[in-house]
Amino acid sequence: MNLFAQAVQWILDPLNYVGVNAIPLRVFEHLAFTLVTLVIASAIAIPIGFFIGHTGRGRGLAVSVAGAFRAIPTLGLLTLVALWIGIGLGAPFVALTILAIPPILAGAYTGFEAIDRRTVDAARAVGMSEGQIVRGVEVPLGLPLLIGGIRSAALQVVATATLAAYIADIGLGRYLFTGLKTRDHAEMLGGSILVILLALALEGIFATIQRFVVPRGVISSRSKVVRVRSSRARPMVNSAVEKGTQ
Amino acid sequence: MTWIWSNGDLIWDRTLDHLVLSVPPILLSFLLALPLGALANRYRASRGVILGSVGLLYAIPSLPLFIVLPVIVGTSARSPLNLIIALTLYGVALMVRVVADGLASVDRDVRQSAAGVGFSSWSEFWQVELPLAGPVLLAGLRVVAVSTVSLATVGAVIGVQSLGSLFTDGFQRGIQAEIIAGIVATVVLALVLDGVLVLLGRLLMPWTRKSSSRVLLPVVTPAAVTR
Repeated sequence: MNLFAQAVQWILDPLNYVGVNAIPLRVFEHLAFTLVTLVIASAIAIPIGFFIGHTGRGRGLAVSVAGAFRAIPTLGLLTLVALWIGIGLGAPFVALTILAIPPILAGAYTGFEAIDRRTVDAARAVGMSEGQIVRGVEVPLGLPLLIGGIRSAALQVVATATLAAYIADIGLGRYLFTGLKTRDHAEMLGGSILVILLALALEGIFATIQRFVVPRGVISSRSKVVRVRSSRARPMVNSAVEKGTQ
Repeated sequence: MTWIWSNGDLIWDRTLDHLVLSVPPILLSFLLALPLGALANRYRASRGVILGSVGLLYAIPSLPLFIVLPVIVGTSARSPLNLIIALTLYGVALMVRVVADGLASVDRDVRQSAAGVGFSSWSEFWQVELPLAGPVLLAGLRVVAVSTVSLATVGAVIGVQSLGSLFTDGFQRGIQAEIIAGIVATVVLALVLDGVLVLLGRLLMPWTRKSSSRVLLPVVTPAAVTR
């Protein structure tokens, strides 16, 4: 427990709030890096996911690609890309974007797939164009699952961004690696605690967003749906599956 | 490529290290998740507490956990035991939710019938609920196996030898072939363990073998057949 006291002391030490290695700066780096990665991965994955979800085309390919990526170790990808494009911010950036795409893609198309086909057919029957169906029906109804996908991607990116400090001078992971190298347990542990707090805070924020984006109509009809359905709903292994590896 | 041919022994040794690190967490997480998942499925209060805490546990990034855990449990950061405990925690975090969902997916009518023909709640759990939830549990355990094998490589940066050592070594010495060999070996190992689980599933749940539709609708319970 003494080590934890030292770690807390390290976190509160005023010396760690100045210079290029200041804690607020590292937290900002870590967060900014995570956000930019997520935005770029989303820009690539969401349109493709919506296309797959709406047309049903390319689903098999997306499932197997996402499955294959789950087995690829993040550290291997990071180091390999670093050897290819050199040390610097580029390598972790590329590697993390690649890692963030599969969960977001899965969130986007499973969100569309989970919608009752009759709802989509009804929208078509009242004269909505395909574009209107996507924008007005499928996107709002699929949004909670899409946010869920972005949530798993965010968790994975925050975790892997820590690991990225192994190949680049970026984020909170620096404390872990300098601490490891110099056997400075307070710094190593303090840095770890900061990363864990950051990850838990992000998890909380995403959980809240996910709750808020459920359309009002879905919430009001939910109690009825539960009673009509059989108690043996489809097994939800996917929730764990989409999380994948860190 | 020449690197791979001249270092076959090294790759094999690291693969064995990797097996020692990843097989115990896969088995342990299943054993530990069963009672926790069953408890989560039984009462509403325990469900919220257990699923909430495993959700938070899963959100903890791996590298910080590998560093914080030894301080809590008193192992050395560089010992394989530390990594095994951490990987078990992640496995449990994934598996508890699967167990709870799998047990919840068992039709209430079937459970009531089991109670009606005289099963105690203990034997009903083992002979009716668990086999019926089996395919879901297997699917969850396969995810645990693949993600454990992949996560175990991270231990290399804190000095626990595994296939991940090929990444750190290859990176420091600038040998691309070594990193690629490590990635391929990790993926192959994950696929092999996944295959073993699928085989075990077929052995233990022979009723899922015949047709895939049976898996989705396990109307005939194994307990009902043997009686």
